[in-house]
Amino acid sequence: MSGRQQQRLGAESVTLAYEQRVIARDLSVEIPDHSFTVIVGPNACGKSTLLRALSRMLKPAQGRVLLDGQSIHSMPAKKVARTLGLLPQSSVAPDGITVADLVARGRYPHQGLLRQWSPEDERIVQESMESTGVAELADRFVDELSGGQRQRVWIAMALAQQTPLLLLDEPTTYLDIQHQIDVLDLCAELHENQGRTLVAVLHDLNHAARYATHLIAVRGGEVVAEGPPSEVVTAELVERVFGLRCQVIDDPETGTPLVVPAGRQARAGRRSAPGRTGEAAPDPTQDPAQEPAQESGQAPALQK
Amino acid sequence: MTTKTLRTGGLSLRYAPRAALSGAGLLLLALGVATVLVCTGDFPMTPREVLDTLLGNGTPVQEFAVLELRLPRVLVAILVGGALALGGAVFQSISRNPLGSPDVIGFGQGATVGALTVIVLFQGSAVATALGAVAGGIVTGAAIYLLAWKRGVHGYRLVLVGIGAAAMLTSVIHYLITKANLTDATRATVWMTGSLEGRDWTQFWPLLAVCCVLVPLVLGHGRALRMLEMGDDAAYALGVKVERTRIVLMASAVLLVAVATSAAGPIVFVSLSAPQLARRLTRAPGPNLAVSAVMGAALLLGADWIAGNAFGDRQLPVGVITGILGGCYLLWLLVSERKAGRI
Repeated sequence: MSGRQQQRLGAESVTLAYEQRVIARDLSVEIPDHSFTVIVGPNACGKSTLLRALSRMLKPAQGRVLLDGQSIHSMPAKKVARTLGLLPQSSVAPDGITVADLVARGRYPHQGLLRQWSPEDERIVQESMESTGVAELADRFVDELSGGQRQRVWIAMALAQQTPLLLLDEPTTYLDIQHQIDVLDLCAELHENQGRTLVAVLHDLNHAARYATHLIAVRGGEVVAEGPPSEVVTAELVERVFGLRCQVIDDPETGTPLVVPAGRQARAGRRSAPGRTGEAAPDPTQDPAQEPAQESGQAPALQK
Repeated sequence: MTTKTLRTGGLSLRYAPRAALSGAGLLLLALGVATVLVCTGDFPMTPREVLDTLLGNGTPVQEFAVLELRLPRVLVAILVGGALALGGAVFQSISRNPLGSPDVIGFGQGATVGALTVIVLFQGSAVATALGAVAGGIVTGAAIYLLAWKRGVHGYRLVLVGIGAAAMLTSVIHYLITKANLTDATRATVWMTGSLEGRDWTQFWPLLAVCCVLVPLVLGHGRALRMLEMGDDAAYALGVKVERTRIVLMASAVLLVAVATSAAGPIVFVSLSAPQLARRLTRAPGPNLAVSAVMGAALLLGADWIAGNAFGDRQLPVGVITGILGGCYLLWLLVSERKAGRI
């Protein structure tokens, strides 16, 4: 694995289980500092479970999750929450709450009963709303926003927590393609400009390959491969992890690996027929409207 | 921003001006009604006379009327209303459902079964009856929690289990009454209406002691409770000790409701309506704990005044009034929730 040098967050031979059902046994991962790590794998492979363990929501049955060299479960909850943020998959916006008030809740771990709102809190909330492009929505009710806007508000709340590490559990689910790219651009920007370590679970392998700096492929509760997407994403690995025959070509926009599933006939037949898969090349995740904005590779094309 | 901040030195307090204003207004209203209640009755007095009596300068008759009859009754009403409303606000917030209220999900019925068991099966004293009510409430609370618990208590589960429990407990109540002889049955029925009639210092002191411990405890967990409303995961991420917060709050709420019920009988619908009314008044998201409590006190005092004055010479138990008002409210709530597509 990635050398002996201790990273800030990692799992040390953890066994993860929900009651009796074991999801992963003796699993070890390290999240490289300042990386944008993306965990990928088929459904029910344990990737979300791994993220829950890393965020201390699931206590490992064995082994431990280490944050700055300490077992995360023995640390005070608020202290963890000042170092490690999480964007859960499903959060409920309380009825009648405004964007600014929701984002302000991200300051909770920094506050106490007698220190409820400092000028610093005010500043950080404002900055978080600005860097996610929701500042002009500050006084709007969260229930009135579109799905994409709402996800940005939740990200703003997680940012207001001001944690050097931020975990995101499938942040693009339920969003249309434009907003998926939008959220991922935002993540990339947070990673690049603010030097945060990001860990996300993503479903779309091509998104993962494009945005991640470090990829962890999980299958059946085991880490099958990890490293930079350009090394990890190969046709052989995709078949091994997802059981899908495919070609991996260079993404014409970014040069990152692009997975193109083999055509239906080719997968049904014994051997792959390159001609057929070549025809099937236009990838569903490539929205033509997004292309100009993506010209310069990772360039964030956010505010609109 | 809809909130303002008070700062001195390194300390700061965040509040919503509208909520603070509503709370203060309700407090004044409650004090006003309380004053009216202390001044009126078979022996009317002016506020001035009441004040003199409180300062120890009243005639014996005045002293008896104020210190022995009216003041304890009003104070019990304030605490009972506040405790029921606070318990209701906590449960509605935890279940994320306005119907997740102690009087809907069976705690009131549980306390009644406890009290009736003491009255009917043991012919117990008033104190024993009160203790029976507390025990009944606590046991019901624990049972419902355990039945509804599946890796954390979830809204609809709690409400459904609670409504089921309430139905079963109601049949136990009827069974106990059919078992009782006439005297006990009368006593049981009177207890069950929920009344402030004849409440005195013996109800007040234990109630005050419990409230002094639990009210600050609940209010102190208010911010964590607000985080919990966003879902367990989000609260976890913010560093809230989710299960512990929930247990502490639920236990406190069950105790508050049980003790209030033991002091005044099952006064229905205060728990259900006060938090929602407070919320509509403050227009603030979240559980609005403090305002709910003041709202509960004001509601119960108001209902007590209506019960005593609106029907000529006929004095009605306050539980009848809260039942009528709350029933209308519940209907309206069901209709509006249905319109919003939540049920």
